[in-house]
Amino acid sequence: MSTTPELAILNPVEEVLRKDRIPTIWCPGCGIGTTVNSFAYALMGTGIDLKKTAIVSGIGCSGRVSGYMALDSFHTTHGRAIPFATGLKLANPELNVIVYSGDGDLTSIGGNHLVHAARRNMDLLVVCVNNMIYAMTGGQAAATTPGNSMSTTTPYGSFEPEICLPQLVDACGAVFVARWTAFHVKQLERTMAKALKKKGFRFIEVVTPCPTLYQRRNNMGDGLAAMVDYKTRSKIKNGAPTYEVAMQPGGDIIVGEFVDREREDYLSRMRRQLGSHYCEFPEQVEDQEPEGCCSEC
Amino acid sequence: MTHADPRCVLTGTHFINGDAACCEGALAAGARFAAGYPITPSTEVVERFASRAPAVGGIFIQMEDELAASIALQGMVWAGQKSFTVTSGPGFSLMMEHIGLAAMTETPCVFVNVQRGGPSTGLPTLPAQGDMMQARFGSHGDYSTISLVPSTPQECFDLTVTAFNLAEQFRVPVMFMMDECVGHMTEKVVIPEASEIELYPRRRASKPPGEFLLFEPGPDLVPEMAHAGEGYNVYVTGLTHDNKGYPLMNPKMQRELVTRQFEKISRAADQLTIVESEGVEGADVVIVAYGITARVSRRAIQMARDKGLKVGLLRLICVWPFPEKLIRELAPKVKALVMPELNMGQVVIELERCAGGKCKVISVPHPGGTVHKPAEILEAIERGAQ
Repeated sequence: MSTTPELAILNPVEEVLRKDRIPTIWCPGCGIGTTVNSFAYALMGTGIDLKKTAIVSGIGCSGRVSGYMALDSFHTTHGRAIPFATGLKLANPELNVIVYSGDGDLTSIGGNHLVHAARRNMDLLVVCVNNMIYAMTGGQAAATTPGNSMSTTTPYGSFEPEICLPQLVDACGAVFVARWTAFHVKQLERTMAKALKKKGFRFIEVVTPCPTLYQRRNNMGDGLAAMVDYKTRSKIKNGAPTYEVAMQPGGDIIVGEFVDREREDYLSRMRRQLGSHYCEFPEQVEDQEPEGCCSEC
Repeated sequence: MTHADPRCVLTGTHFINGDAACCEGALAAGARFAAGYPITPSTEVVERFASRAPAVGGIFIQMEDELAASIALQGMVWAGQKSFTVTSGPGFSLMMEHIGLAAMTETPCVFVNVQRGGPSTGLPTLPAQGDMMQARFGSHGDYSTISLVPSTPQECFDLTVTAFNLAEQFRVPVMFMMDECVGHMTEKVVIPEASEIELYPRRRASKPPGEFLLFEPGPDLVPEMAHAGEGYNVYVTGLTHDNKGYPLMNPKMQRELVTRQFEKISRAADQLTIVESEGVEGADVVIVAYGITARVSRRAIQMARDKGLKVGLLRLICVWPFPEKLIRELAPKVKALVMPELNMGQVVIELERCAGGKCKVISVPHPGGTVHKPAEILEAIERGAQ
């Protein structure tokens, strides 16, 4: 009798994934999982303390990312991932806090929070998966939907121009601004790794396909066709002025690391300005044992 | 129970307003973090907090709006701290979504609402009690929560501590429903020694990562809590979720989760019956009132007693959950229950339901902007006594 050797098939990034949550909800050809793969490699490669790393999402297809990562995961309300993350960071500055969400969530309903977190230079890494559509709700136009696009709420083509995210967050004072597409998996991983180690408000836009609800309605083919499209149209311009990186339908997609500068982050500035007014506050020694015991037991 | 940290407690006798007393109560309760957005007549609370927080290693952040403030505070809680926010009517409306999030994710926190006249921008500088139903039912979906109503600056201190304690005990958002009068009224406030202030500690995970389930109910249906950064890989979502915290959206899980979140409050009805009664025994008419309106009622009660009427006062300190059992027992013993409120008749609906037709229930509505005239309440007492 011959025995069949047991096959041990490991996902190389499974240590940072919640295996019990796989498979994901994402469609075939969707780019969100591709960005998560780059993110997972970046997390593992940088050696940051994963126990001190929290990931916060809003609502939507990309809003599900937080729930697939083996980190402290927070799936909050629509548009409000950034203020929740702000609270986490302020109350425990030791945490690495990542906001991972979609374009509609972060820039339409949550646009105000994006603006102000960048202005404050809150120490957060924001990954914005831009699939140019509200996908979870069935393909409605977003602030990022290119003009003239067909969507379920723009059956005659959208009448609005799309927002240029790198320019917006640059103007608000983000210290790190980059854009890649789902085609640029290695570049994205390197940029994410770099951004994970930087302090201050960092913003990475990842242009991804939504074959089900955006590509299909706009005759752009499937996920593979999107990769060919991104490969053909992308131009890498590191350091490009962000006012020159707006995307045009059919035009160049300017990608790269646009902004990488130093600016004092919120907490550092707060501590500096407060000086002796700020008093480090060690936890009080309990005068008696509380019910239950501590997390170290 | 543990005790307050003396470094946060301003022990002594003070002459301060309700807003300031509320801030001191929050600090005494161990809240060193807060997020807010300015709005009259509540702003003094966070102004004082912003000034006091750095010395105790705390942070106040003024967010870009109330939507942001009401969720930033929940980030602070999941990072292991106690936190709260302060607002008034229009801001309270914007916070509704996150009151629901706090209820669903069982995030212990306190929402202070210094009520002003409404609807809409209404009367920014003048009192009302028009948000009482909103405090109970304002966010979408079904949830149960706790609302406390102070009627003096002293209570703004004492009950803010209670609000934080109840938030921790039941893991719910607690509504602290002040009003413009109580907030801006300056009176003597005695802040006790820290050792005399009892605090309910955070219900921390008693099992190690791997064994611990974030939403596994304890014997009192309240789960223990692990925070970000403690190695538990917590999963917190506003979606209907299982005991692990993972989304599980089906009718069975919905029933289990929502029912438990209701029952953890309803089971504690006796503990949460927090009232002050005076002259209720043997009274023909009992005024049931809360907040500033209870104080105005005292004058009307004195006037009625001068006329020989037997009148008592039942002051509701915890309005939600409503003291149903108490009212069901009281109603058959009196001719009438009279409820003055600075709204067009909100909590009186619940009073009437619980009285169950066993006595007259007389509403004394008032649209706000000022308080009742004692004569208006006296007139209702006289009608009730007939």
